[in-house]
Amino acid sequence: MIGVELSLLLRRRRVWLCWALLCALPTAIAILLAVTKIVPPPGPGAQFLSAVLADGQLFPAAALALVLPIFLPITVAVVAGDTIAGEAATGTLRYLLVRPVGRLRLLAAKLAAVAVFVLLAVVFVTVTAYIVGVLAFGVGPDASLGGTGGITSLSGVVLTPTQLAGRTALTIAYLALCMLALGAVGLFFSTLTDSPLAAALGVLAFVVASTVLLPLDAAAGIRFYLPTRHWLAWVDLYRDPILWRAVRQGAAVQAGYVLVAFGAAWANFATKDVTS
Amino acid sequence: MTVIETEGLTKRFRHVVAVDGVSLAVPAGARFGLLGPNGSGKTTLVRMLLGLVHPTAGRVALLGRPMPRDAAQVLPRVGALVEGPAAWPHLSGRTNLRLMDAAGGGGRRNRADRVEEALVRVGLGGIGARHVRAYSLGMRQRLGIAAALLRKPELLLLDEPTNGLDPRGIGEMRALLRHFAAQGTTVVLSSHLLSEVEALCSRVGVMSAGRLVLTADLDTLRAPTGLVQVRTPDPAAAVGVLNGQVVHRNGDLVMVRADDPAALNARLVAAGVPVRELTALRRTLEQVVLELTGPSADRVDGGRS
Repeated sequence: MIGVELSLLLRRRRVWLCWALLCALPTAIAILLAVTKIVPPPGPGAQFLSAVLADGQLFPAAALALVLPIFLPITVAVVAGDTIAGEAATGTLRYLLVRPVGRLRLLAAKLAAVAVFVLLAVVFVTVTAYIVGVLAFGVGPDASLGGTGGITSLSGVVLTPTQLAGRTALTIAYLALCMLALGAVGLFFSTLTDSPLAAALGVLAFVVASTVLLPLDAAAGIRFYLPTRHWLAWVDLYRDPILWRAVRQGAAVQAGYVLVAFGAAWANFATKDVTS
Repeated sequence: MTVIETEGLTKRFRHVVAVDGVSLAVPAGARFGLLGPNGSGKTTLVRMLLGLVHPTAGRVALLGRPMPRDAAQVLPRVGALVEGPAAWPHLSGRTNLRLMDAAGGGGRRNRADRVEEALVRVGLGGIGARHVRAYSLGMRQRLGIAAALLRKPELLLLDEPTNGLDPRGIGEMRALLRHFAAQGTTVVLSSHLLSEVEALCSRVGVMSAGRLVLTADLDTLRAPTGLVQVRTPDPAAAVGVLNGQVVHRNGDLVMVRADDPAALNARLVAAGVPVRELTALRRTLEQVVLELTGPSADRVDGGRS
């Protein structure tokens, strides 16, 4: 069933369009930066942008920070909101269920497809940004030429290319997990309605609600459990030594969201009357 | 064996009782037609049989096993068309069938052959790579039936199978379903098209307002009414011969009350009355159903016209 779901996912033009748009935004920014050489002041997320002019190899991190707050969640909302509601809307849900595909198996396969989508999305952005970054900004001066011989981390220590590759892989995994949590919420919403659009908007409303609550002092008690609070924890992976605490906490909260949302989706879908 | 068995099957959607205490038994090999106006509960009944909708009360057994509990064992042996065909619009018909087959756990071996065979059966053998999005209604319907035929089902459960087909397509579909019935497949049709059911089924169930108001053999329902219609160029002579038996006369048509059409014919011929046409009148299925069922549920004026 997972094979069927992947096949359906990869044959969808919408999915490729999402990936293309995710890669297009950092590319456009790289071109603007390379042409104008105007660098934004350092700040959260933009920390990397101010450094990319010196070394294009840092651009993947900058690109991830750029697509993370809005672009990536939108694509996840679209794809995850479509999972069950989309099948209901086209009528294929009833035919899948009488094939028969067990309801739990269908949900699991859908979540797996969403996981593949988010993982590939993050990987594509990283790879595209690396190529674009190196092409646009070049690689920092080599050690033999008096350069640092690596990438300067956020804490000022030099990272070797191997270290950088390892940390990039960790970042990809962490962000994919964050987006999978959102995808699981989308899967749940998708079992509540026969309209993929409504489910996708529900996911976006969820993200916006979390973002709005985050700075609110009155919401301090639940702040830790807001998903968006942990989205930028991956920045700590680029410090030396790595500050694991926030990353570990973030991963735990996101994994919790995956479990709870998937459980809710299962609870709702298992005995739902399929009348679409 | 009883292929479909329900007992007191009831489904309530909030305040609406869609299916109300339906007890139905369809034996193996039957050609069964489920009739009733729109909104009489046919589709909800079919959905409950297939485990898509969970009954509020009562029980369902399909192929001798309880549903929806044993869906995983039962449904691979059932081919279904529920409320019109559906397919992924961005894929070709062939890819749709392949993915559906894979989803249902059909083995990879022979999959291409199974899909090809089903496509040929429904007259889509030459279908190219065109996406389903561009299919006509009739082509979608054929594709839906092909999907139902993928795994040589023991039971075909088809909701409005000829919807969207042209007269030739309807003829082809009937021939196809007869072919499967002849091979021992139980065929259950649900339709509001009486001619459809009349042409294919030997037994019918009639639903009205969620209740199964009648199950009977078609032959019983359509027993002769005891009236014979005679067409003759000399109606006056016919009326003379059949004095007292004539119900009414209209041009060259004479309506006669007679139990044995052959004897009636012999009498007329012996008396020298030429007979052009002689028909024993039967009730049509349409009359039976209209007598049994109330106004359509998609009418909101209570059926007063």
